[in-house]
Amino acid sequence: MSLELDVFVGNSTIIDIAVYHLWLDGYTVADAVRARVDCRAMLDCDVSAEVLHSDTMDQFRTFHMCERLLHCPVKLSNQLLFQIPPQSQSMLIERYYEFDSAFAREVLGKKLSKGTKRDLEDVSSKTGVALKSCRRQFDNFKRVFKVVEELKGPLVENIQRHFLLSDTLARDYAAVVFFANSRFETGKRKLQYLSFQDFAFCAGQLISYWTVGAVNNMVDDMDVDLEKEFLHELKDIKILINDKDMLDQHKSLVCAALRGKIKVFNEMEANFKHLSRALVNIASKLNNTKDVRDLFIDLVEKFIEPCRSDRWTVGELKLFLTHYTTAALSIGTFRYQLAWERYMGVMRSCIIKMYHE
Amino acid sequence: MPGKLKAKIVAGRHLPVMDRASDLTDAFVEVKFGNTTFKTDVYHKSLNPQWNSEWFKFEVDDEDLQDEPLQITVLDHDTYSANDAIGKVYIDIDPLLCSEAATVISGWFPIYDTIHGIRGEINVLVKVDLFNDLNRFRQSSCGVKFFCTTSIPRCYRAALVHGFVEELVVNEDPEYQWIDRIRTPRASNEARQRLISLMSGELQRKIGLKVLEMGGNAVVGYLQCFDLEGESGLVVRAIGTACTLDKLSSGTSSNTNTHTHPNTAPASNACNSPSKDSKEAVFSEDPPSSSAPPTPLKVLPSSSPPPISPSKPCSRQSSSSDTDLSLTPKTVRTRPGIFLSPSSPSLSSESLPLPLIGPIAHGLRPVSRASTPPPLFTVQSDSAVMRKCVSFNEDLLLAASGMGSGGSAGKEAGPLKTLLRQQTQTALEQREFPFFTLTCFPPGFLIHAGGVVSARSVKLLDRIHNPDEPETRDAWWEEIRQEIKSHAKALGCHAVVGYSESTSICEEVCILSASGTAAILNPRFMREGCLDVGGSDHRLSRQPAPVMGGSDRVEGEFSSAWLGFEDSSPTSCGFCHIPYDEFNMPFPAQLTYCYQCRRQKVPDVLFTTIDLPTEAVVNGKGCLIQARLCRLKKKAQGEVNATAISNLLPFMEYELHTQLMNKLKLRCMNALFGLRIQISVGENMLLGLASATGVYLTALPAPGGIQIAGKAPGDLSYEQHIATIQKRINDTIAKNKELYHIHPPEVTEEVVGSPIPEPRQRSRLFRSQSESSDDLSELDLSHGKKDAFVLEIDDTDAVEDIHSLLTDAATPTGFYSCNTEIMPGIQNWTGSLQMFTSVRVFRLSNANLTNQGLNKTFVDLCENLLKSLYFKLRSMVPCCLCHLNFTVAVPEEDLIQVAVTAVAMSFDKDQTQERPGLAITKGSGETEEQLQFSLELCAESSASNQPPGRTSGVTDSGNAHPSSRAPSVDYGSFADRCSTWLELLRLKAHTIRRGSVKTISSSERCSPLPEGRSRSLRSTRSFGGGSVTVVKMTPLSFIPGTRVVKYLGIINMFFIRETTSLREEGGVSGFLHSFIAEVFAMVRAHVAALGGNAVVSYSMKECVFMENPNKNQAQCLINVSGDAVIFARDSDLEATPPLMSCGQVCSSGTDGTT
Repeated sequence: MSLELDVFVGNSTIIDIAVYHLWLDGYTVADAVRARVDCRAMLDCDVSAEVLHSDTMDQFRTFHMCERLLHCPVKLSNQLLFQIPPQSQSMLIERYYEFDSAFAREVLGKKLSKGTKRDLEDVSSKTGVALKSCRRQFDNFKRVFKVVEELKGPLVENIQRHFLLSDTLARDYAAVVFFANSRFETGKRKLQYLSFQDFAFCAGQLISYWTVGAVNNMVDDMDVDLEKEFLHELKDIKILINDKDMLDQHKSLVCAALRGKIKVFNEMEANFKHLSRALVNIASKLNNTKDVRDLFIDLVEKFIEPCRSDRWTVGELKLFLTHYTTAALSIGTFRYQLAWERYMGVMRSCIIKMYHE
Repeated sequence: MPGKLKAKIVAGRHLPVMDRASDLTDAFVEVKFGNTTFKTDVYHKSLNPQWNSEWFKFEVDDEDLQDEPLQITVLDHDTYSANDAIGKVYIDIDPLLCSEAATVISGWFPIYDTIHGIRGEINVLVKVDLFNDLNRFRQSSCGVKFFCTTSIPRCYRAALVHGFVEELVVNEDPEYQWIDRIRTPRASNEARQRLISLMSGELQRKIGLKVLEMGGNAVVGYLQCFDLEGESGLVVRAIGTACTLDKLSSGTSSNTNTHTHPNTAPASNACNSPSKDSKEAVFSEDPPSSSAPPTPLKVLPSSSPPPISPSKPCSRQSSSSDTDLSLTPKTVRTRPGIFLSPSSPSLSSESLPLPLIGPIAHGLRPVSRASTPPPLFTVQSDSAVMRKCVSFNEDLLLAASGMGSGGSAGKEAGPLKTLLRQQTQTALEQREFPFFTLTCFPPGFLIHAGGVVSARSVKLLDRIHNPDEPETRDAWWEEIRQEIKSHAKALGCHAVVGYSESTSICEEVCILSASGTAAILNPRFMREGCLDVGGSDHRLSRQPAPVMGGSDRVEGEFSSAWLGFEDSSPTSCGFCHIPYDEFNMPFPAQLTYCYQCRRQKVPDVLFTTIDLPTEAVVNGKGCLIQARLCRLKKKAQGEVNATAISNLLPFMEYELHTQLMNKLKLRCMNALFGLRIQISVGENMLLGLASATGVYLTALPAPGGIQIAGKAPGDLSYEQHIATIQKRINDTIAKNKELYHIHPPEVTEEVVGSPIPEPRQRSRLFRSQSESSDDLSELDLSHGKKDAFVLEIDDTDAVEDIHSLLTDAATPTGFYSCNTEIMPGIQNWTGSLQMFTSVRVFRLSNANLTNQGLNKTFVDLCENLLKSLYFKLRSMVPCCLCHLNFTVAVPEEDLIQVAVTAVAMSFDKDQTQERPGLAITKGSGETEEQLQFSLELCAESSASNQPPGRTSGVTDSGNAHPSSRAPSVDYGSFADRCSTWLELLRLKAHTIRRGSVKTISSSERCSPLPEGRSRSLRSTRSFGGGSVTVVKMTPLSFIPGTRVVKYLGIINMFFIRETTSLREEGGVSGFLHSFIAEVFAMVRAHVAALGGNAVVSYSMKECVFMENPNKNQAQCLINVSGDAVIFARDSDLEATPPLMSCGQVCSSGTDGTT
């Protein structure tokens, strides 16, 4: 004695956001029903488990059928099978492509390959995100990556156009794509304190100022690859630390500007050469493709950690970096001002973003 | 060569990958009509091919145009092997044959494959050039308009209601042909789809011919059904009501003009009688008191004599069944003053000579007052027929179900009735079957409703040997119709309205059923072109029937004069008055004087199959009332089986009626509308489901309570038991009164025995001149008895009844439900609606195969289904589920299938209470209403419906109409919305606990370098919202807050879907879910291609589901129908030209055309 078949189909597709979330989080029907029953029990709603089960089944089926369309969101808007109000359409897409930062943090910088996909179980147990959900999020990353990889034009815009995502989410995806492409090292223990948002911000900075697209916006991969010429120029910046005069001049200019303004002045004065060397070395290393990957670990090890051990405040750091940048520009013999500004602008904002516990 | 069909294949999109190697497809298209096929070029290696073909032209007979669908097949080209079919599109081109409907079909159609479902879409353009065909012996009936709507369509007026048309065609079912053993399932399904498409085309054409011969130009209430008789064949049958419709072109609906396309197809002149209004006869009224023969004032000169003699069916060559076609009234009445001229079934567009009869009826009353001795009409001959065991008259059952005979008098009404009957009869008696499939009528059409008449018969199917002579099937239906007709006669009625027919087939046994409401109609509507109401949606738009310009106005007055026939009595109660003769009552019943007019007798309960008449005055709200019943039956074969079934039928009907009656009383209501009793036969059981909408009609006496009587009075514990049950019943009644806002007039006093209230006494005094004092006492007696609705619980059956009575779950707060078009007491619909179909199949285990157990299972199945619906639609609260249409079937042994199609419409709760008078007058509130509509439109055009369960949705609607909407947020739904929101929050919290934050929360990151490169990100995210027209679907004939500006043609589609990978498609539920979604999608696509934006009167006629889980297979057949329309919001019509408002709709069409 059982319900053999039970369907409900509306002319407009009804979507219950709460159930959609359960589905996205990888709940099974039974678990989802349990979750809903618990939730309703709290609220004293008089709805039987059977009704909830029937409703959950219907919704899950609908989502399952929609999933194919969600893989290509543009299709969702001109398919004929489901009549979904535009608002719900964008909600469906947005929520489908949303991801857990914890998950993204784990995958960031890894190759979006089958191998990584196999490791998702570990990621799942580490982050507490259900495996099913991990798989969906991973597939989303991969799908976006594949589509955007070959396209001309701005990365964020491409993602938005092809996946109809909100600006915020598209930017996050751009970061994921950027990291997956450049394979920056993010997994080291020393980098663990950094969140996905920290990295996403940095990626945004790099995309905006260091890539090919920053100068020319009609090139392939414009937002994924860093501009070679710029990186090449960065080699010349080394003069700032190699030329003793210039180093001293730089230091004195910075010290003059900061004297009395920061508490850690003495430490700064003592460490100036170290710090400056760290920053400039990172710049010159960028020319070497393999070393580009170490950008973040270098930043943390060579610059952020020394500052942190000297107990710099963020404000002091900001002030220092600002004067450090401008001081170099006012050295008469320093000729690589454009590259320097372009480099330091990004470094400054990245360091400030990354400078926390 | 009367027609040229042109088709152009534009493009395809989202095609499936047919070549695994390249992940692409080399698609081309075959376009086939009749025996001609064209092909497009192959478009290589693309999933979005752009064929942009030439115009393929088919030169064909219009007969073929009507019968055949255009068949478009998309194939994948394969150099080495056979080309693979991707899928097909069948396009019914009938709408293009009628000049008033669509002119072009253009749009994206889903490519459908019976095995794989929808596989991509194809953009097609279709046009038809019709040539003038004056051949009067032609076989085609192009241009006759078909409507599923069971009322006069909104933008037409009925000039003439001709009456019943029926037809059936039979064929062998391809599924059962020998060839089916060797062909693929796909080929077999397609053969079947195509055959049914052909057959329904043929059926429609033949019905159209009949209509033309009757002189009509349209079929309203067109009901087409399939009988899958298995081995013995396939029957497609249809019934409808032939009418002459005029397009409304004046007065309030100025908008309709803009949409009337000029007659591009001149051949269809036979059907349009353009602007007949202008030439209509003008009546002057006779002084009401005169019983002298009124003179027909003017008969219009008809410019040409009718080309065909009406009595000679010479032009008819339809081989199959038929009602007598020469229905045109041709006798001259004996009574003075009635002049009848034959209405001509002219095939040309000349106006009809208009006969006159109206004023007679008007003079009637004085005549009867003067007690002219009229010939008594007798019905005795019918009683024998009525007692045939298979067929049961509803009222017989009423009597049987324990309602004492209230025996009544009233000498005066009898003669009047008889006279009236006589009058109208002549109009109808020439017709073999004075049946009308309409359920909703123009004011004044329906005079009295007598009660439900139904007939059933059990037949054994045999092979149809000669498809061209389907005589047996015809004879069967003929028999049933005769029976219905005689039942109606027994009730003193000359017509049957709200008529429908259905079958239930199991193996070789077939139950044929027909039911309707016996009624007395206004004869005027049958003969001449003077219906004053048409397209004005007289129910929803809170306004009186629009006064039309010119000659129409005269008719309007005339009609009101007619309505005044009942003299001072309010017309709102007229239909309740008994049509039958009190002395010769066909059954014992309690009669009382009408509670509204105090003049005529009314029964104490009224059951009908029609919609609640507009003019009816209802106390409180209505609700869905269902009686459900299961009866076991021994498995048997052949005649034994048939006999067993026919023996069971009367008992089932009796029990269903008892249940209905009990539930009605329990809800404190006294009338049922839209009653539909379905009896389905299975191998080992019979299922009965009766659905209706109960209301409290103020014209009828207040229903008494239910009294429980035990059989063993001595037993104390037993008495106690009875007392508790009685208390529960009384409590339930009280609760229901509250729930449905029923405030009966102080009848309770009367019941207790207090004197009759003042106002009534007066009215009675007024009448007492013609009454003996006996009447009075007798009347009171019947009053006293009214409460004596006694349920005896002396056996288990009764206990069970009471239990089922009390276990019916109440509808949750904020929900109302009905199976009729409108819910009394609710007017202010918000315009948001959701049509849905829900199907459940229940497998019985052998353990509970007792009648009781079975009943409980069945009741639970229906109740749970309703509960689920309420839950799913909770975001629409306050809302009403309208037109809840349940269909039950026993697809296999131990399986019960219930399918529901209905529409949920939300309304504004507060306004209902504030402005109860809205229904009657277009009050000051109208502006507010319009404002709301327009706002709603804005909201919708930008983003359409709000996603359910979203708190933002609540605020949205609150903002849209702050003054009146805000309080409505504080409603049942709010808790639910809250709860969904809470669920959401909880989930969020959950995620946070896991130590990760959803990325969405990071939206307020600031960019530290704002002076950087500014990439203008296009914020306009193109959802392509415009690319897919939103098509609304509703089983009702209207969409609240809107006006149908144009009917584009009938949608009648039949699909088969089969799978051999059931598990992979998500089991039976997954399979059916996607199939239903696909059917909806195809209906929407066809409507959109016709240029429409809605389907009204949508129904799912058939949903036959078969499965074989062991073989991993399932098959399903679905038949849907409806009327494609263009609607525009009321608010738009006044603000902007309607063409603008539907510009979005048309855009898809114009894109392709140019």
